[in-house]
Amino acid sequence: MHAVDLQDVVVLLGRFPALAGASLSVEPGEAVLLQGPNGAGKSTLLRLCAGLLRPERGDAMVLGQNLRRDRRSVRSRVGYVGHHSMLYDDLTVGENLRFWGRAAGVDESQQLAAADRMQIRGRLFDVPVARLSAGQRRRTALAVAAARRPELWLLDEPHAGLDQDGRDIVDALITDAADAGGAVLVASHELERVEPVVDRRITIAGGLATEVRRNEGEQE
Amino acid sequence: MTLFEEIALIAGKDLRIEGRSKVALNQIAPFALLVIVLFGFALDADRVALQTFAPGLYWMTVLLASILAVHRSVAVEAGEGAREGLLLSGLRPASVYLGKVVALVAQLLIVAIVLLGGVLIFYSASISDPVLLVTSLLGAVLGVGAAGTLYGALLGSQRARETVLPILLLPVLAPVLIAATRAFGDAMGTTTSDGWQWTQLLYAFAAIYCAFGVLSHGVLMEEN
Repeated sequence: MHAVDLQDVVVLLGRFPALAGASLSVEPGEAVLLQGPNGAGKSTLLRLCAGLLRPERGDAMVLGQNLRRDRRSVRSRVGYVGHHSMLYDDLTVGENLRFWGRAAGVDESQQLAAADRMQIRGRLFDVPVARLSAGQRRRTALAVAAARRPELWLLDEPHAGLDQDGRDIVDALITDAADAGGAVLVASHELERVEPVVDRRITIAGGLATEVRRNEGEQE
Repeated sequence: MTLFEEIALIAGKDLRIEGRSKVALNQIAPFALLVIVLFGFALDADRVALQTFAPGLYWMTVLLASILAVHRSVAVEAGEGAREGLLLSGLRPASVYLGKVVALVAQLLIVAIVLLGGVLIFYSASISDPVLLVTSLLGAVLGVGAAGTLYGALLGSQRARETVLPILLLPVLAPVLIAATRAFGDAMGTTTSDGWQWTQLLYAFAAIYCAFGVLSHGVLMEEN
């Protein structure tokens, strides 16, 4: 079973077709880079796979679920980190982790393990999110997603705002997720950074997806 | 998690955020007190007039304050995309709605109690039936919380939320204003209407909006 299998999928944002017949598939244990210019539809594709957007046309299967019929059951199985952190500014890092962990049915040891992994335990744990830097917010958002141990990772510019240490942690997160049998879709403009940790690349342009062959730069 | 645990999780989160930011206590309650004082100035400090109109002025002020509280309740979710986080969390939409109602009602009760003190002091109002007053206060605040959370979700992340919310919500809350004013008038001895009948209307209003909210919140979260 494919982790993601999209065939001629159209997604409308208002009347604008943000995805205009995109087709792609991602297997379990595979990490895939989505590349493309701004506004090409990368974020829309990730949000679609997270079950946050409805496919207008085409077949969209994610983790065995048909998104045209059932998007809710997919949502709790994905780890989506988008442009917004989805954190509450007035709560501390620890409180955010606990809240989102409990909401997703994650036990405390998993929450703490994720916090350790993203190196946000210790003095950061009791700091309100409003006082964090962009990079620290990013780490916290990644920790919230990691605590859920998702079957499908959907990462939108995951390196943005992170220091070198944080970038290395994200790289390891992608590699480990794929090694553990999860699927990873990463949208990024930092091709040199992401390419070593992914299995293949897909170009999104004008709402369409095109496979890019590794080492050849040649399009299928 | 059971439905009640989910409701407690959402309500606890919102109340913790209020505990940190103290928006209801430090901003909404002082605003409401200020309005009560300004009504006093507008009526020329005529003690008899103030006592007569105290129930209506009180509830008009509570409704104005509730607009701010509802806006704050919606803004908490809209800020950093937390609404999407709630969708992804797998929590039941009904428990998200009811949790937010519980938290909003708790905050509105604080504001309403502070304001009641203001009316008793500034308007020299008195309470002749405290049981009726408390019962109708709870029913009215419950109705405002239920309708406010529903309309807050309806407007969701729309940019014009701040201006559209009062236009939509205040007419909807007109029955609460009328019923709560009549019930308070009876409880304060300023009118001879049957306050308990009006109180029943308040609870019916709250029940209807709670039912609407439970049934429709999932759709509203999806659409926003």
